[in-house]
Amino acid sequence: MSDLRLPSDAEHLLLEVTTSRSRRIRNGIATFWMYLSFVLVVVPLAFIVGYVIQKGAAQMSGAWFTERLPAVSTKAGGGMQPAIVGTLLITFGAALMAVPLGVLGAIYIEEYGGRGRLSRLIRFMADVMTGVPSIVMGLFVYTVYTLVFGLNGFGGSLALACLMLPIVIRSTEEMLKLVPDDLRQASYALGNRKWRTIVTVVLPAALGGIVSGVMLAIARAAGETAPLLFTIGAARKVNTSLFDGPNTALPLQIWNNAQTPFEAATNRAWGAAFTLIAIVFIFTVIARIVAARFSLKHS
Amino acid sequence: MAPDQTAATTEPVTPTPPVITARVPETTPVEASAVDQAPVVFDVRDLSVYYGSFRAVRDASLQIRQHEITAFIGPSGCGKSTMLRCFDRMNDLIDGCRVEGTLEYHGVDLYDPRIDPVEVRKRIGMVFQKPNPFPKSIYDNIAFGPKLAGQKGNLDDVVESALRRAALWDEVKDRLKKSAMGLSGGQQQRLCIARAIAVEPEVVLMDEPCSALDPIATSRIEDLMQELKADYTIVIVTHNMQQAARVSDRTAFFTTEVNETSDTRTGVLVEFEVTDKVFSNPSDERTENYVTGRFG
Repeated sequence: MSDLRLPSDAEHLLLEVTTSRSRRIRNGIATFWMYLSFVLVVVPLAFIVGYVIQKGAAQMSGAWFTERLPAVSTKAGGGMQPAIVGTLLITFGAALMAVPLGVLGAIYIEEYGGRGRLSRLIRFMADVMTGVPSIVMGLFVYTVYTLVFGLNGFGGSLALACLMLPIVIRSTEEMLKLVPDDLRQASYALGNRKWRTIVTVVLPAALGGIVSGVMLAIARAAGETAPLLFTIGAARKVNTSLFDGPNTALPLQIWNNAQTPFEAATNRAWGAAFTLIAIVFIFTVIARIVAARFSLKHS
Repeated sequence: MAPDQTAATTEPVTPTPPVITARVPETTPVEASAVDQAPVVFDVRDLSVYYGSFRAVRDASLQIRQHEITAFIGPSGCGKSTMLRCFDRMNDLIDGCRVEGTLEYHGVDLYDPRIDPVEVRKRIGMVFQKPNPFPKSIYDNIAFGPKLAGQKGNLDDVVESALRRAALWDEVKDRLKKSAMGLSGGQQQRLCIARAIAVEPEVVLMDEPCSALDPIATSRIEDLMQELKADYTIVIVTHNMQQAARVSDRTAFFTTEVNETSDTRTGVLVEFEVTDKVFSNPSDERTENYVTGRFG
């Protein structure tokens, strides 16, 4: 195609019919493959959400949110209040520990440590921690905390915090990396000190992404069962204390109830699953709205 | 630094033709001395800048004078931006950057170990090549510096005055609470200028402020610089020789020198003179080649 052509040929050259057939076929295959992948991802998700809503929403009632767990799980009745409160408390406790620590750790790695030895060590440890199975985290907290202080909600918070920490560190780090250096320079040029540049420029610019990462970590932690098995024990009535006595949580209730063949129990498990998804969803939406308020980007 | 002073001293000695050498400036004695009278803000003597063991700028000496626009011109990699970044110690942020020689700001050595670079940057503003507004509202961008300096309460007046001085007020006054990211490139750059002058610096350093802008936006920034000159001292780095010729009072021409042994390029200051002279009657052949387009 390197030979010169007359301008009268230009239109012909630009027409689609002249582009090679194999190129159009490859284009078609690639496009189809992308749509197919999208469908393959969305369909299971839609089924899970739809199924949980269909089965679980029926369990929602005033009593579900206000009554204690039934003494006999094989029969209908009672509510899920202790598990809802427990999940909220334990996850909140875990977030309270993991989010500040994780964000500060990421700030250290990205803004201060650079390629130094300590920041490489932290990054490596975070990667290793991501790979640790959640049940091992539960065992770890069981040996260092539960054996000494007994079963309580805080043990669960500790185990969940261990799971959340690496996710928060790595996602925050990625978000801080995305903040253009131009912004830091602009801030320094105005006579802003480093810590203040981070607080007033870098963090607000990365806030949306950091919140997404944090919510991902919280959602992951809220749905964890294994770490709680060893650490929080079991409770039938609401325990609002993280430190005093055993507690319970929604994933544990799903696990317990779904194991039994009784319809009342499996229904309860669906209800707990629905509640858990709803809680995570509501918090994600709230976090998004709050983050949007704080960081005004392209309005 | 010699050409500047020889110009002033040799001038009265040869007031009338015959003009024999090209070294005698064409500017009239009155003009030259009038410009010379402005007090020196920055006095640079034998300044060298290193990045690690690499020497980016070698033995540069010049003076930046008050309420003047000084332009740094030269080919890429000649160290003009590096030089500019010495004035507000932005080079400190680059690992391995080291400065030798003296750089005095009103007689104070800026690289004295006791000097806090943050305090330096509060007095010397900077505008960058790429417009870099914060992803905040227009208002918050301008109010950022004053807030930092501890100004409390209502900053509306400060914001308005900075935007007016940057010739941006009329375009943005109805959308102050909107994101600065929604402005055009030229508006963003004027916003950055407004942000820099909102903290009332004495000097504004501009690192190729128009290179990302179209000719109309460029001309607006150039007009703006002429207005700002009354209140501020401006140093501008530019690739655009016409721009230097249009806006500046003095011009420093830098070029690169290849080190034969290590094959590295070092920036050197070739000529520092009143702008008219640099462009009409340069004393160095390299300057002449550059400004006439035979090299660069």
